[in-house]
Amino acid sequence: MNIKTLLGSTALVLAANAAAAEGSLSLYHWFEYIPQELIEKFEAEYDVDVTMDTYDSNEALLASLKAGTLGSYDLAVPGDYMVEIMAGEGLLDAIAEGELANKGNIQPEWLDVSFDPGRMYSIPYQWGSTSFSVNRDVYAGDINSTSILFDPPPELAGKINMLDSQGEVMAMASLHLGIPQCSTDRDQLQALDALLQGASANWASFGSDIAKDVLVSGDAAAGMIYNGFSAKARAEGANIEYAYPDEGYVVWMDNVVLLKDAPNRANALLFMDFLLEPENIAAVTNYAQYAAGVTGVAEFLDPELAVMPENNPREGAGPGAFIAVCDQATQEVYDQIWTRLRS
Amino acid sequence: MAAGTGSGRTVSATFSPVRGWLLLPSWLVIGIFLLVPVLLMLVYSFLTKEFRGGVIWEFSLAAYDQFVFDRGLFGDDPPQIEWAYITIFVRSILQALGATVLCLLIGFPTAYFIATRPANTRAIWLFLVTIPYWVNLLIRTVSMKFLIRDNGPLNEALLAIGVIDAPLQLINTNFAVQLGLFYSYLPFMVLPIYASVERYNFALSEAASDLYAPKWTILRSILLPVVKPGIIAGCILVFVPSLGAFLAPDLLGGAKTFMIGSLIEEQFKGNAGNWPFGAAASMILLSMVLVVLLFYARAQSREQT
Repeated sequence: MNIKTLLGSTALVLAANAAAAEGSLSLYHWFEYIPQELIEKFEAEYDVDVTMDTYDSNEALLASLKAGTLGSYDLAVPGDYMVEIMAGEGLLDAIAEGELANKGNIQPEWLDVSFDPGRMYSIPYQWGSTSFSVNRDVYAGDINSTSILFDPPPELAGKINMLDSQGEVMAMASLHLGIPQCSTDRDQLQALDALLQGASANWASFGSDIAKDVLVSGDAAAGMIYNGFSAKARAEGANIEYAYPDEGYVVWMDNVVLLKDAPNRANALLFMDFLLEPENIAAVTNYAQYAAGVTGVAEFLDPELAVMPENNPREGAGPGAFIAVCDQATQEVYDQIWTRLRS
Repeated sequence: MAAGTGSGRTVSATFSPVRGWLLLPSWLVIGIFLLVPVLLMLVYSFLTKEFRGGVIWEFSLAAYDQFVFDRGLFGDDPPQIEWAYITIFVRSILQALGATVLCLLIGFPTAYFIATRPANTRAIWLFLVTIPYWVNLLIRTVSMKFLIRDNGPLNEALLAIGVIDAPLQLINTNFAVQLGLFYSYLPFMVLPIYASVERYNFALSEAASDLYAPKWTILRSILLPVVKPGIIAGCILVFVPSLGAFLAPDLLGGAKTFMIGSLIEEQFKGNAGNWPFGAAASMILLSMVLVVLLFYARAQSREQT
């Protein structure tokens, strides 16, 4: 095949694709968080071309939208506290009552949530927890304490991966110290700073998208991680255990939001409705191994999910807490602690 | 790089009517895609930061102040010198220097070897040098990570032949970053040096040898001065991008300790969201690079007069 026919056929394929699809939809999503088959199912059902870019932290999503990508995506999937921040920054488009046919499928407890009262801007995607996992070949002792991260036993020191996510690291550190999130108390903030600067000597790396791989490959012997991601690491052969520490852990819910100036608003609403169908969102849950916030998913779920240790906090575990949104003064202290941590 | 091509005095008459326009495309590209963004950064570095990313259009020196002064966790302590960012810059400079030296140590003999092959095989050698660089930098850096990890092939091979008893901790160290930088930019050293060694008249070496000059003297007093522009160009081409690199520190260094590139990236893309500070750090980096280039340009022009 010479280059001309190659180019010609490529152009033909492109033209055919363009002609075939009714419209398009542009997703801005987390890494490894939606099964390709589900996207293909939506594309086939509604004749819509879906394109997707990924990000690896709520903060990266916010930064990218504020830096000028707003208007090029239809939907994004921010975590709970980020929905609140994005709504406050005017980055979201409100969904009027009646625009979503399947809104009634949202589980009642996830309908009126503090980060989006009345679900004006968002629908549930998945929810789960953030804590840490430990390689049991390396360390067999007690892992039910956040000390594993902040004051690790010698076997784990220098072999810990932290999520590159300020919100989650600060929340875990606050739980470890037993201080409230977004504390404005100077002594408490000093203590937080001292804790993190001291602990960072025992950390090997920062990274969210690598959190599973480093545990599977053995680059890290312990690591902060999301529960479903840890289950996947275990399924890939890592002998790791996910901890529900005494001090507590982070609970989160990721939500699909309609972005302001969405170029394909109608298709975006179609996709939101699509994700509120129990069968479809169950496919996401089976893939990502978290939990959905939609009624009627149970019958579509992989039965193993219900009994997975990652999905069932042990008896006596501390409470789960959502990440709080700090005021500007506290956030600036947090930012400074975070930068010092890396210098 | 205009290095060493200072003999452009034989201007062909063919293009003389349009000579003034020949640079127009370059000027447009540089103007639109380099000068405008750099000026924008310069302006942004003097603006007030907006909470959670963005800028407020009010003049402020806060970004530069933050770079130089440490006012404590709450911003109300008496100002002291801020070492955090200086540490990051010094670390980056040392890493970039290290990468440059390593590239030079390996690149110069390689370039010399290629340039002294028969003319018809040189292209093949050059081709071999460039082949790995047809693969995307990200892929190469990730592959390097797979190679050097604790239970990766490198450690396993060393363990198998009994050189070491426990895996070497290579990943997530400064050494790994160094390795990544050096490997990423090696051809940038080889190619300019090759270009100047290739033009070197080996009759000069022969003449010196006939006059009983030892090999070392030939290298130092004849070859090196002649190919110096190529060496300097190579050093600049390795040093400057290494200074701002963020892939290698991120993937091989574990993103644990920032280099300048990751510090700047964090201000725009990451958690901190402080655009003016990111812009200021970029400006400081840019000024440092410009100073190096200015010294080089002055040394060059002094040599030629």
